[in-house]
Amino acid sequence: MSLIRIFKTVFMIDFITGLIMAIKEIFKPKKTINYPFEKGSISPRARGEHALRRYPNGEERCIACKLCEAVCPAQAITIESSEREDGSRKTTRYDIDMLKCIYCGLCEQSCPVDAIVQGPNFEFATETREELYYNKEKLLENGDRWENILAANINADSSHR
Amino acid sequence: MAELYIFFEQIYKILFLLIPVLVSVAMIVWLDRRVWAFVQKRRGPNVVGPFGLFQTLADALKYIFKEIIIPASSNKVIFILAPIVTMTLALIAWAVIPFSETFVLADINVGILYLFAVSSLGVYGIIMGGWASNSKYPFLGAIRSAAQMVSYEVSIGVIIINVLLCVGSLNLSDIVLAQEDLWFVIPLFPMFIIFFISALAETNRPPFDLPEAEAELVAGYQTEYSGMMYAMFWLGEYANILLMCAMGSILFLGGWLSPIDLFPFNIIPAPMWLILKILFLFILFALIKAIVPRYRYDQLMKLGWKIFLPFSLIYVVLTASFLMYFNLLPGS
Repeated sequence: MSLIRIFKTVFMIDFITGLIMAIKEIFKPKKTINYPFEKGSISPRARGEHALRRYPNGEERCIACKLCEAVCPAQAITIESSEREDGSRKTTRYDIDMLKCIYCGLCEQSCPVDAIVQGPNFEFATETREELYYNKEKLLENGDRWENILAANINADSSHR
Repeated sequence: MAELYIFFEQIYKILFLLIPVLVSVAMIVWLDRRVWAFVQKRRGPNVVGPFGLFQTLADALKYIFKEIIIPASSNKVIFILAPIVTMTLALIAWAVIPFSETFVLADINVGILYLFAVSSLGVYGIIMGGWASNSKYPFLGAIRSAAQMVSYEVSIGVIIINVLLCVGSLNLSDIVLAQEDLWFVIPLFPMFIIFFISALAETNRPPFDLPEAEAELVAGYQTEYSGMMYAMFWLGEYANILLMCAMGSILFLGGWLSPIDLFPFNIIPAPMWLILKILFLFILFALIKAIVPRYRYDQLMKLGWKIFLPFSLIYVVLTASFLMYFNLLPGS
């Protein structure tokens, strides 16, 4: 051991330096947020809860092409479709099993009409499993509720697509 | 009738001491977590009550409602007794702590000896818990804890001799009153440092928390405990930490005495000073938990036996020779 090392050990120089540093750290701003009351920023690409969007005139965007059903790696999406009276093809059933879903975002990418999207909401925990088997009504309702944010997010991300 | 009166008076006095101690143990757990979080730039518990002050009460309530699991192959009597012993021993030591000249539950003449004896007994709770669990991790934790506490008790004993040489009495109130002119932290500063580090080892605090080193031993001697029994170990541990802080402030920082006898300082009541000194030492404990990595076991033993013990023994000789040479021995 060199003399400097002995001096440092006996007078606990390293320890005191650490202690002073710790006291300084106490008065610095916190890195964590007060979660339920404050929330961190979320990217427009965030892949949270699913939603089915509508056109501004209230018509469903989904054309039942079933690309999302085909691409879904977890096979969480189930779609049934039929022809409507006006001759357009629409879904009669659009279910997502949110427990199977792996939130990969492939459904959103595959959709040709931006109908199925994943919004920024990640706080949809439920008390029972059944509540997480989303059907068409639930997904459309999500779409209506989040439409402003969803449209803004798609717009913000559009230059990268 | 008179005996009954004395009996109830004593019960009242004990409760008057015990309840504040238990409440402050709960608060100190919160303070510990909070200081630790602040050093790491986190927020720490801040939801229950003002600034999260009642977090420990909420935790205790949770522990009460948890099931107590007793391992099938454990020694049930000793298993249940262990947390009770830890908690009781941590609390009975408070009987001799003087909060002011008049406010002391038992002003016995061998106060420091009693304190030392009771804090040494604390190891039994841990040994019993570790052995009765009949499981390898608690057992290893208990062995480590016993070896560690016994090693550091020796140097604490020698450090106490240093103080006693300067005082000439084993009464805790006398020890405090002897520091009226000069706190012992100034002439005995190296001893104060060694006492502080030994207190860390004695109470199994980081950096000496090897008995509960979670990476190696799950939770040491507490592994098999759950519910209220775990909470009692936990409260006992913190009551012990508080006790070591109180001991440090009585032996070295002048107990209830104010630092200078001037206007803004001498109107603060005496018990307040002791509490402030305990808090100061405890915040140091909490800061050290945040900044120091855990020692290796051989380093811990080397520090205790090869450095602290010889050094404090030499210091005893130095103190004694100094007092002899300058004719400062108390009572002469």
